[in-house]
Formats: sequence, C-alpha cells, structure tokens
Amino acid sequence: MNFKLSEEHEMIRKMVREFAEKEVAPTASERDEEERFDREIFDKMAELGLAGIPWPEEYGGIGSDYLAYAIAVEELSRVCASTGVTLSAHTSLASWPIYKFGTEAQKKKYLVPLAQGKKIGAYGLTEPNSGSDAGGMRTTARKDGNSYVLNGSKIFITNGGVADIYIVFALTDPEKKHKGTSAFIIEKDFPGFKVGKKEKKLGIRSSPTTEIIFEDCRVPAENLLGEEGQGFKIAMMTLDGGRNGIAAQAVGIAQGAFDLALNYAKERVQFGKPIIANQGISFKLADMATKIEASRLLTYQAAWLESQGLPYGKASAMAKLFAGDTAMEVTTEAVQIFGGYGYTKEYPVERYMRDAKITQIYEGTQEIQRLVISRML
Amino acid sequence: MNLEFSEEQKMLQKMVRDFANSKVAPFVERMEKGEFPRPLLKEMGSLGLMGIPIPARFGGAAMDFTSYIIALHELSKISATLSVILSVHTSVGTFPILHFGTEKQKETYIPKLARGEYLGAFCLTEPEAGSDASALKTQAVKEGSSYILTGNKIFITNGGEADVYIVFAKTAPTLGKKGITAFIVEKGTPGLTFGKDEKKMGLHGSRTVEVLFDHVRVPEENRLGEEGEGYKIALSGLDGGRIGIAAQALGIAERALEKATEYAKMRKQFGRPIIENQGIAFKLADMATMVEASKLLVYRAADLKSKGLNCGMESSMAKLFASQTARKVAIEAVQIFGGYGYSKEYEVERLFRDAKITEIYEGTSEIQRIVIGKHLID
Repeated sequence: MNFKLSEEHEMIRKMVREFAEKEVAPTASERDEEERFDREIFDKMAELGLAGIPWPEEYGGIGSDYLAYAIAVEELSRVCASTGVTLSAHTSLASWPIYKFGTEAQKKKYLVPLAQGKKIGAYGLTEPNSGSDAGGMRTTARKDGNSYVLNGSKIFITNGGVADIYIVFALTDPEKKHKGTSAFIIEKDFPGFKVGKKEKKLGIRSSPTTEIIFEDCRVPAENLLGEEGQGFKIAMMTLDGGRNGIAAQAVGIAQGAFDLALNYAKERVQFGKPIIANQGISFKLADMATKIEASRLLTYQAAWLESQGLPYGKASAMAKLFAGDTAMEVTTEAVQIFGGYGYTKEYPVERYMRDAKITQIYEGTQEIQRLVISRML
Repeated sequence: MNLEFSEEQKMLQKMVRDFANSKVAPFVERMEKGEFPRPLLKEMGSLGLMGIPIPARFGGAAMDFTSYIIALHELSKISATLSVILSVHTSVGTFPILHFGTEKQKETYIPKLARGEYLGAFCLTEPEAGSDASALKTQAVKEGSSYILTGNKIFITNGGEADVYIVFAKTAPTLGKKGITAFIVEKGTPGLTFGKDEKKMGLHGSRTVEVLFDHVRVPEENRLGEEGEGYKIALSGLDGGRIGIAAQALGIAERALEKATEYAKMRKQFGRPIIENQGIAFKLADMATMVEASKLLVYRAADLKSKGLNCGMESSMAKLFASQTARKVAIEAVQIFGGYGYSKEYEVERLFRDAKITEIYEGTSEIQRIVIGKHLID
C-alpha cells in the first residue's frame, strides 16, 4: 500500500496549479459576474495536454490516468469551479463513452480532436421530466434508411452552446424504455440540432448550461454509439466516472475556500489577537481540514480503482456524496469566517459557496448517490 | 402560558402578509436587479409599518414589540431585503433615540421616522471593528458647542438612503468602551459622504454602504445620551436588533420550507411524487422541526422584550438558532428542487443567498455563542 503520489502525479498537480493561478484565477470573479465562458482558457488547457489526460497518445491524449485527471480537475476547481466542470464534462461525460464504446472510426473521428482539445464535448441525458429518473426520457430516435431522426429536447447541458460534440441519449424503441435507449454522437452542425435557452444560475456561472433541441435532427447511422438498446447502460456507466470528476471538483472548491479562510483567520485581528486564536474558529478550521482530507482520499481511491480496471461504482458514489457535502459545509463556514467581508463580492469566498451547491445536485443528486451506495452494500 | 397571537396581532399579521404578497412580491425582481425599494417604503409608511412599536404621541402605531416582530417575520417570507431595511430603521435607527434621546431629540426625529418620512441607519462597524465593535476608531472631538467627527464606517445598511444616522465615535480614545459616544447625524451635514456600495451575495436592493465622516460638525444637541454612554446605547439596540434578524431568518426559512414541500408533492420521478421517498420526507420533517423551534425561540424572546423583561440570552439564542436554520433549510430547499433549484427562474436560490447573511450581521453566530456562554457562566 502506498499513499504517496507518484512523481508524474505531483508534476501534473504542480503544472495545473501554476496554470490555474496564472491563467484562470485572475478572471474567475469577473467571468462569474458576467456569466462568460472563456474559450481561450480551454484552448490553453488543451495546449498543456489537459483535454485528454487519461487517453492513450494514439487517440490524442497524454497517456496518463484517471488519478492525474482527478488532480487536474481539483486544481482547476480550486480557483474556478466553472473551469473544473468544463473539463470534467468534456473528459468524463463526452470523451469517456467514445473511448469505452466507440468504434475505431468513431475514436479517430471524435476522440482525437476531443483529446487534443480542438473540440469541446458535452453530454445530453436530462430532460424536463427526467432528472433523477433518467429512464423517463422522451427524446426519440427513429431509424430512417441509414440515419436516425431525433426529436426532443434536453436541458441543463454543461458546455451547451460551446461544445462541438454532444453524446445524446434517445429512445430508439420507446416501448422498451431503458432497454430501448440508444446513445448517439451528435455534431453541432447536424441539421435539426439547435442550442436553446441558456440558464441563469446561482453558481458555476461561467460554465454555460443550456437546453439543446432536436427537430427532425438527422444523424448518420455510423454515429450510433455502442449498440441499439445499450444507451441507458452507457449513460449510467458514464456517470460512474463523471461523478468522480465532480468529487474532484468539490475537493478543489473546498480546498480553495479553506485556504482563503485559513489565511484570513491568521491575519484578521479582533480583540487584540488573530481570530484563529479563538477555539471557535480554530476548531471549525480543524473540522473543515479533516473533511477535505477524507474527501480527497475517497476521490483518489475511486480514481485509482478506475485506473486499475477495478470496479469503482460504489467508490465514486461515496466520493461524490462525501466531497459534495464537504464542499457545501466548508464553503459555508469559509464565508462565516470572513464575517461581513465574506458576504461581499470583493472577496471570492461567496462565489465558492454558490459554486459548491451544484456538486450536491448534478451528475446524480446526493439522494441518488445514497441509492447507488445502499444498493451496493 | 398562551401561544396564540392577540386579535390585534392577528390583524397586523394578515395586513402585512397581504401587503407582502400583493405589493412586495412583484417588486422582488427589481430589488434583485439592485433597485432600492423606495416606493414600497413609502407605502409601508402610509400603512403605519415604519413605526409599529413607536408610541402614539410620536405618530407610531403604538403596538407592542411582538407585533413588530410579526411584521418583520411576514415581510421576510417575500423579501429579506425589505425586512432588513425595516429592521435596521426601527430597531437600531429609531429605538436608540426613543430610549436615550432628550425630549427635543425625540420630538425632532421620532415622528418623521415613525411615519417613514425619514429612514434611519446605524453606524457602528469599521474595517478594524467588526465583532470587536469597541475597537472603533472614528473620533469625535469637542470643539466649542459641537463635536467634529472624523472616520469611516462600513457595511452600513440603508447607508446613502437614510436621513438619520446613529453614529458611534470615540470622544475619549484612551478609555476603550467607556470612551464611545453616540450621535445623531443628519444626511446633508457637510463632510458626511457615502463611499463604496457593496456588491453582495444576496439581499440585493438593500444598500450596504461605506459612510465617511470628514470633519463633520455635529451640534452638541445631537449627541445622543451622555459622553461615554455610546457603547451601552449600541448594545441596547442590538438585543432588539437580534430578535429582528431572527425573525427575518425565520421568514426566509419558512418560505424555503413551503416552496420545497410544494415542489416535493408535485414533482414526479420514478412514477411518484418525490415526497414519497423517505430521503425527501425525512429531510422535510427535519426542516419543519427546526423551523418550529426557531419560531418558538423568536417569539419567546419577542414576548420577553415586549414585557420589558431581560432577554439578552433569549435573543441571542433566537438569532443563533433561527439564522442557522434559515441557512440549512434554504440549502436543502435548493437540493429538493434539484437542477431547477440552481436556476434563477426559481425562488429558492435567492433564499439560499439571502439566508447566509443572517448568521453574520448584528453579531455573528460566534458572538452569539459568546453572549450565551457568558449567561451560562453567570
């Protein structure tokens, strides 16, 4: 057993941290206020090889592993949760299913540009009537000659509107429901595909979240991902890994907020001493630090299991559950430690608190994580 | 023991609730965009809501303190922004003059404040004096029959909008708490200016402003209470202020619980309303229980204050518990709404943002614990 990260992993952490502090942090607050996605940041990430961390070089990746990827998402999220989820959705939700289920032709055509960061990926599962109940979806895909024609809409799509490639799930056989769902690789220029409403959100505001709409959208048959009827399984397996990306995001958010709060508590003097000299504050920080450590270990464990080819479903659900709750608690306490200043937009902690909340909701609510875990006990 | 409101209190509750639902609710979007709700305050003035606990001889509604808390509670369900404006105006903007003012000061300011013709504010906090309020540095130097005030205050609710500012400054800097004196400063006094307008996580539409004193000349007759009495005056306002904020937190929590429950009954997944899952029902049960407890703590403190009894510990407990409840319940309400809870199209994300400040201002939760702790020791 060894809890020490390899040199390669430490190097990736260092590289991403430096990048995050130099290229991402300075504009994080203003991008949040303006709800502005910055494509340049993504392009710079791509230049560093960050868009395809776990994929072999033959597919345009850097041939590293899921642990390195988790570390990258964590470090990005430490300064900007929106940037963290941009990468997470792109890698776990859009690239992974092509890597796992794609034909060689699909991998060459789609995985390579995704891994190189020349294209951005997204994942369309959720609909107005099917959130937690993903199997309740209504978007259909009717076979027509050597195409499928898609009709329906998806909501809450991360990277919506900026993505070039969308992994979309639709019913090829509505009567079979789960077993009649199929996955498709959609290009943004396919006729009948359009991007709808952009959500105004509480947090992760510089990550675009949109509706996507299919109006007789014609998709070539070779863009079916996996087999007909395999879609639901692909969706669920994709989420298994995706939730660990979110766990990593949550760890980063928590760590970032904690670092800010710790610093402030050491500097802020009231009643003749730094506020950290009060047990009321130092004990709070101790609890926060402990929960972050535990969250990180759970996240790295799930990533390591995935890298080893071992089952990781329960581990990733636990990581997402615990890290998400930790992020919410830690950021809330961080705002508290900053006092009145914590509530103003001049200090970044209030953004962290707003950002943290989504980690308890997307890619499977905490309630769903508990369902997943309890079924595996 | 009697846990029912009086007929008069029920009537006020209904009046405020109707006002909140019909007039305040449509204005919320404007406040979210940053607009200060002048029109609403004007209407509240004509409804007598700007001077609820103020004696009739000064033009107030002459109702008891509990009635005032009922009004804050009801307003907060619809807009925490509006309720904090009122809470500061009454609890710490008007009461200090009512309790410590000379007859002349009371006659000059109270009727206008009670009618809502004047808006009040309370200037205590400074960059180096938050929880450690007595570390304030604003100075008040006696010069003939005036005091010259120099310094700056931050995070002042109603700053820039208020007509009357209760300001705390040191007349004797070496005496610590005993060197603080209170003053009534009118807007427009030369040297009184307003700086930074804070952009905040929530409570949009409530102005939170830096107030600057550049050799502001304040006549002696505007000194409130005696020299050196300032700290006592500041703290006296805080007791009632705490109960007001507790009521604000209670309103936010109740609204969040109501919305979440409504949604959980309506939203179907897996073939049934999500409330049929214990995961959701149990959550709502816990939320509802915390809200009940908060309500009882708030009204117990209000009742004691109404009767002129000591309520230092009770008001701190109410503020501590109700504010934590508001934050927890609002966070869970967003959770129950799922992805929709994170969207600005639904109200709960505003409740999430508004709730947090109730754990911080008018004495952080940490300060409340210190206060309660001291009562336990005594």
